[in-house]
Amino acid sequence: MTARLVPAADDATGRRERPLRITVDGEALDGFAGQSIAGVLLAAGRLAWRRGPSGAPRGVFCGIGVCFDCLVRVNGEPDVRACRRRARDGDTVLTQSRAGGGEEAGDEGASGSSAALPAPAEEDNSDTEDGV
Amino acid sequence: MTARHVLVVGAGPAGLAAARSALAAGAEVVLVDSAEEMGGQYHRVPPAAFGAAHPERLQHHWAPFTRLRRELRAHPRCTWWPETAVWALEPRDPGEQGPPRVHLLHGPADGSGRTRHVLAPDALVLAPGAHDRVLPFPGWELPGVFTAGAAQALAKGERIAVGERVLVAGSGPFLLPVAGSLLEAGAGVRAVLEANPARTLARGWGSRPWQLAAHLGKTGELRDYAGQLLRHRVPYRTGRAVVEARGTGRVEEVVTARLRPDWSVVPGSSRTLAVDALCVSHGFSPQLELPVAAGCALLPSPAGEFVRVDGEQRTSAEGVWAAGEITGIAGAPAARAEGALAGWYAAGGDRTARALPRLHQVRDQGRDFAARLARAHPIGAAWPGWLRPDTLVCRCEETDYAALCAAAREESGAAARTARLATRAGLGPCQARICGPTVGELRARLRGSAPDARDAEGLAAPSSHRRPLAQPLRLGELARAPAPPPPGHRADGGPGSVPPRDPGPELPDDPAP
Ligand SMILES: Cc1cc2nc3c(=O)[nH]c(=O)nc-3n(C[C@H](O)[C@H](O)[C@H](O)COP(=O)(O)OP(=O)(O)OC[C@H]3O[C@@H](n4cnc5c(N)ncnc54)[C@H](O)[C@@H]3O)c2cc1C
Ligand code: FES
Repeated sequence: MTARLVPAADDATGRRERPLRITVDGEALDGFAGQSIAGVLLAAGRLAWRRGPSGAPRGVFCGIGVCFDCLVRVNGEPDVRACRRRARDGDTVLTQSRAGGGEEAGDEGASGSSAALPAPAEEDNSDTEDGV
Repeated sequence: MTARHVLVVGAGPAGLAAARSALAAGAEVVLVDSAEEMGGQYHRVPPAAFGAAHPERLQHHWAPFTRLRRELRAHPRCTWWPETAVWALEPRDPGEQGPPRVHLLHGPADGSGRTRHVLAPDALVLAPGAHDRVLPFPGWELPGVFTAGAAQALAKGERIAVGERVLVAGSGPFLLPVAGSLLEAGAGVRAVLEANPARTLARGWGSRPWQLAAHLGKTGELRDYAGQLLRHRVPYRTGRAVVEARGTGRVEEVVTARLRPDWSVVPGSSRTLAVDALCVSHGFSPQLELPVAAGCALLPSPAGEFVRVDGEQRTSAEGVWAAGEITGIAGAPAARAEGALAGWYAAGGDRTARALPRLHQVRDQGRDFAARLARAHPIGAAWPGWLRPDTLVCRCEETDYAALCAAAREESGAAARTARLATRAGLGPCQARICGPTVGELRARLRGSAPDARDAEGLAAPSSHRRPLAQPLRLGELARAPAPPPPGHRADGGPGSVPPRDPGPELPDDPAP
C-alpha cells in the first residue's frame, strides 16, 4: 500500500537491525539505528507529516535535503530536515505546519537565508513555526 | 616548495577523485561533505549502523570506491570531515590573494550544537553535485510523489521501497537505475515512461552511442538495468509522460499522456493508472549556490546553466576549481575524470605529468557524453501545456500558475525580484532550489523575453542561485566563535608545511563493467 523497509531477512546487503524508538507527536514509533527520521516515518507507514501554507500534507519529496518539504521539530529544534537527520533512540519529534500564516525558515528575512531561531522556551506542537 | 592547502567540497565521485590527485600532487587536503559517509549520490552507501555485510550488492564500481575511501582515510595529508556543511563562502579582504574563506558547520544535519570552523585554503575545489529537476504538473505536491533521486536514495541508503505499485517517469537514463533499485528493494514498477520520443533519443545519442558508453564504463550498468526491466516485465515507453497526479491526501492515480517531440500533449491519448507512488525526474539541476557565492561565472546551455571551467577545470574565480555535475550532467565516470584534473591543478601539480593526457581525454569524452545526453533528453518547450491555473509552481509557498501569470501581466518589465515578492514564488524554505529554474523560464515566456538566467554568457550569478547561506544555520551557531581548523591548516593566510612529493596523478579507476 505504501513505502516499506526491506525486511532484514530478505535484504541482499545482509543488514542487521538494532532497534530504536522515537516519539512523533507523542506516539511511539519503532525504527532501527541508521535510519533517518524520514526513514522511520516512511517505514512506519506515514507518507506525510508536515503541512504547507494551505494545510496540505507533505512528506519526502527530494530525499536529499534540497526541497525542505520534510521539516520536523526534533528535541525542541524546529526546521530539521527529516531526510537528512539520523534518528537517535529517544528522539522527540513534533510535526510542523505552516497553515495559518506560520513563518518557517527561508523567508528573505534578516539574513536572507533559511536560518532558524533556536527553539522557544515552551514546547508545543502549535501551528506556527518560528523562523527568522 | 610549500605545500598547497586544498579544500575539496563534496565527497562524491568528483570530490573523491579531486582529493586523491591533490594528495598525489603533494597538497595538504581537507575533504568535507555534509553527509556522514563518502560517496556522494553515486556511491550512496547504507549507514554504518546497518552493519551491511554486502553493501557491494547494490553498487557498481564498488571495489575501486572502497579502495579510494580507505586510501583517503589513511592518508597522512588528508583530513576527512564528514557531517560538515559549507554554509558560506566569504571573499578575501582587498589585497589578499586566494579563494574565498570557507565557513563550515560540523555536526548532525540542522542541529544547533554544531561546531563552526573557518578555513582559508590556497585552493578550493567545488564538487557539490546536482539534484533532480522536476517540472510542475497538477498534483505533484501530493504525498507519494517523489523525485526519482529520492526513491534512489531511499532504496540504496535506507533500504526503503517507496511503494508497491510505482510509476517511474520523466526523462533521462537515470530513470533506469531508479527502476532497478525499486525492483531490487521489492517494489512493483508499473512502467518507466520517457517523455522524449524514440526518435529524439536516437538522434541525440547519435552514431555509435554504445561505443561512447563503453569509454565511460557505462555499458555494463545499462545492460544490467535493461535486463532487470525485461526480467520483471516492466515496460519502458517513450513519448509518454505523467501530466497529472490525483488522490485525496496522497497520490492514488496518475494521468499519463502521449507527447509530441516538443512535449505538447496529444489530444485523446491520456490514460489513468493506479499507483501508490510516483517517481519523477526531468533531468538534473546543478547545485550552484557555492560557485555563485564564490563569484564563478556560469555558462548557459540548452540543458540549463553550469559553472564555466577552462581545460584545467579552473573557474573564473581566483583559486576556485570545479568538477562533477556542477559543470555539466555527464554521470559519475566523467565526474571522476574532472575531479582528478581539478585536484591536480588546484594543488599546483606538474603540467607535464604523464597521466594527464589520458585524463583530459576521458574528461573530454565525458563532455561529449553530456552534450549527447542533453540532446537525447531535452525538456520539450511545450511542457507548460499541462499546467492548469491552480497547478502549484512553487511548492513551498504554494504559488500557483495563475498567480504567476497575473504577476507577470502586472509587473511586466519588472525585475525578477519584484515578481518573486509579488507572488512569493521562490521565497520559501527551499530558497528556489526546486522552483527557481522553472519560475525563471515561465516568467520569461509570460513576458516574452529570454529568462534572466540566460542574459549573457559569463555574467555572474542570476538571482535564483544567489543564497547568502548555502545551508541552514541557526543564530546560536552564528554567534559562537569558530573552532580551530584541523591541525596543519589555517583559518587565515600563512605558510603550511613542506610535504614530500608524490609521483603523479592516477587515472580514475574505471574498471571494466
Ligand atoms: C538523489 C540522486 C541519486 C543519484 N543516484 C545515481 C545512481 O544511482 N546512479 C547514477 O549513475 N547516477 C546517480 N545520480 C547522478 C549523480 O549526480 C552522478 O552520477 C554523480 O554522483 C555525480 O557526482 P558528483 O561528484 O558531481 O556529485 P555528488 O555525487 O552529488 O556529490 C556531491 C557531494 O557534495 C556534497 N555537498 C553538496 N553541497 C554541500 C555543502 N554545501 N557542504 C558540504 N557538502 C556538500 C553532497 O552531500 C554530496 O555528497 C544521482 C543523483 C541524485 C541527485
Ligand atoms: S525531502 Fe527534500 S529536504 Fe527532505
